[in-house]
Amino acid sequence: MLERALKGSPRYYGWIGFLLVIIAIGGAVWINQLMEGLQITGMSRDVSWGFYISQFTYLVGLAASGVMIVLPYYFHKYKPNKHMVIFGEFMAIAACIMCLLFIVVDIGQPQRMLNVIFHPTPNSILFWDMIVINGYLFLNILCGWVCLEHDRMRLPHPKWVKPFIIISIVWAFSIHTVTAFLYQGLPGRHYWLTAILAARFLASAFCSGPAILLLVMKLTEKFTNFQMPKKALHTLTTIITYAMVVNMFFFLLEIFTAYYSQLPGHTHSITYLFAGEHGHHELVPFMWTFIIFAAASLALLIPPKLRKNQKILPWALGILIIATWLDKGLGLLIGGFNPTPFGTITPYWPTGKELMISAMIYAVGALVVTVLFKIATSVKEDMGHSQALPCGCSTEDKCECTPAEEAA
Amino acid sequence: MKQNRRKFIKFAGVAAAALCTAPAVAKAAGGGHAAPIMKNPKGLEAERWAMVIDTTKLKTEKDFAPLIEVCHKIHNVPQIDSNQEVKWLWTGSYDETFVEQPNPHMNEELKERSYALLCNHCENPPCVRVCPTKATFKRPDGIVAMDYHRCIGCRYCMAGCPYGSRSFNFSEPRDHFTEEELKKLNPKFPTRMRGVVEKCNFCVERLAVGERPACVEASKGAMFFGDLNDPESEVRQVLRERFTLRRKPSAGTEPSVYYII
Repeated sequence: MLERALKGSPRYYGWIGFLLVIIAIGGAVWINQLMEGLQITGMSRDVSWGFYISQFTYLVGLAASGVMIVLPYYFHKYKPNKHMVIFGEFMAIAACIMCLLFIVVDIGQPQRMLNVIFHPTPNSILFWDMIVINGYLFLNILCGWVCLEHDRMRLPHPKWVKPFIIISIVWAFSIHTVTAFLYQGLPGRHYWLTAILAARFLASAFCSGPAILLLVMKLTEKFTNFQMPKKALHTLTTIITYAMVVNMFFFLLEIFTAYYSQLPGHTHSITYLFAGEHGHHELVPFMWTFIIFAAASLALLIPPKLRKNQKILPWALGILIIATWLDKGLGLLIGGFNPTPFGTITPYWPTGKELMISAMIYAVGALVVTVLFKIATSVKEDMGHSQALPCGCSTEDKCECTPAEEAA
Repeated sequence: MKQNRRKFIKFAGVAAAALCTAPAVAKAAGGGHAAPIMKNPKGLEAERWAMVIDTTKLKTEKDFAPLIEVCHKIHNVPQIDSNQEVKWLWTGSYDETFVEQPNPHMNEELKERSYALLCNHCENPPCVRVCPTKATFKRPDGIVAMDYHRCIGCRYCMAGCPYGSRSFNFSEPRDHFTEEELKKLNPKFPTRMRGVVEKCNFCVERLAVGERPACVEASKGAMFFGDLNDPESEVRQVLRERFTLRRKPSAGTEPSVYYII
């Protein structure tokens, strides 16, 4: 099926070429990091994890985006999602690959990476994170590829793949939980030391992940003949809305616990992030942007009229993604390390090189998504599944416009 | 014919799998006995090493300077002037050292003292719990040690340590020594490589040959070192007589470093 990714328009090849250029530039910077060590990053003795690990954390959320399509289809027999499932699975593949790459570029001795397997240490959450992310990657490659291959051959999906799909749905919850455990089990980091962190990770993943997926699907609709069934689109938007409401509710629970109890450990990090401390206000504008964008995205998503407006929706999703990224991809990590164990503040900001290496990994993810979505949409086109109609509907919609035309 | 080939492939697969796992199984069956070692008869031993620092005697930067110098010298710790520094023994103010016991109206002299900061060699170390490769581990004598050759540099231990005791080699440590200093490196202790974590090791290499930790020796009696599990040891005697504090007791890590206030 891979050969389908080779046939494309000049615009398709132009995009692939653009991504390869970014990968090449970022790759050169990565080689520089391998020669110079992590001194080229903005990380320090006090803020010992930085942009790489925070992107890893955020992208684990993207990996779960698919499950919000797969779960309704397989557990609730929700048919409109049928032709969307493959995109969820393929997005998860790209997200898992990016997660793993962000870990690889972050470690100081990458050539010793396999020590995690040679000296397995079940008491370390990192060991389990390695297992759940690799496992989720494998499950999605297996399920996605086998199902699409059988679609292409016009055969029903084989029975043996069903258990793997069921496992992958449950597994999706594990990747967030384990990634949250990475943080929430550390005795000295009060911002992370909260039982609700795993639940918050799930909530923010189930809004930001599907939001990114929906935006990518909207782009896919622009460049291919694929059209999302309206029902599936609306259901997913509703799920995003609920998940974001739950995410912000959990955030408010944190705020209440911290400021009503006024325990220094609970308040310090939040005060540093939102008001600044010891003369450091680096993150204040970003954190308030998070709050304003989160509120704005909810204002645009909660009223059904606005939520169903396809002109507004991409903007609502876009600001939701920015809001959740500022919260989980920036504030979570820096707020965890500040105040430091000495009660002081050490600001952190990624360096240009750090950002270029990160851009390389994002470009790898975009490349994987492009190639996989290209294959999936071309199979869907061959099969006539979920294709765009002149009226703007999808063939799966059973809308009134088509039968009327056919009747005429 | 087809059936035969299939059988053959199955057999070959099983055989290959068995060949791959056989050495591991044999090793596991052996119980993983370590190679026998010959102990130095002069070596110092304890069930749980602990340190007591008399902050009434060691209180200024000047008091600590020789201690820090000897520690960093014998362990080849580079001097790096940035926030990517490496340090095993250093000092902090009262507020930085005892973050959880603030007192705005404290005795001025106590407030102005410098306090020694180092690895606490916790009874229940979070760094050991989180390390994914067992590169940091607790020895039977309570010392939390590092295997610099196994560390993958994930820095999870740095996030896990509630005391900020760990340093990461962001750059090549030898690059921070001058030509002169490189010639004077201590050949008895390895320099580290880039990309691994390090910290105070309670001078395990000195204890093994019967010497007390370098800082304790240089403190001229202001630091006590001994077996916490031995009621007759010097540390237990001091702890009985003097009022001491430990850093962040609420973290539940049971630090082995005590401060006489």
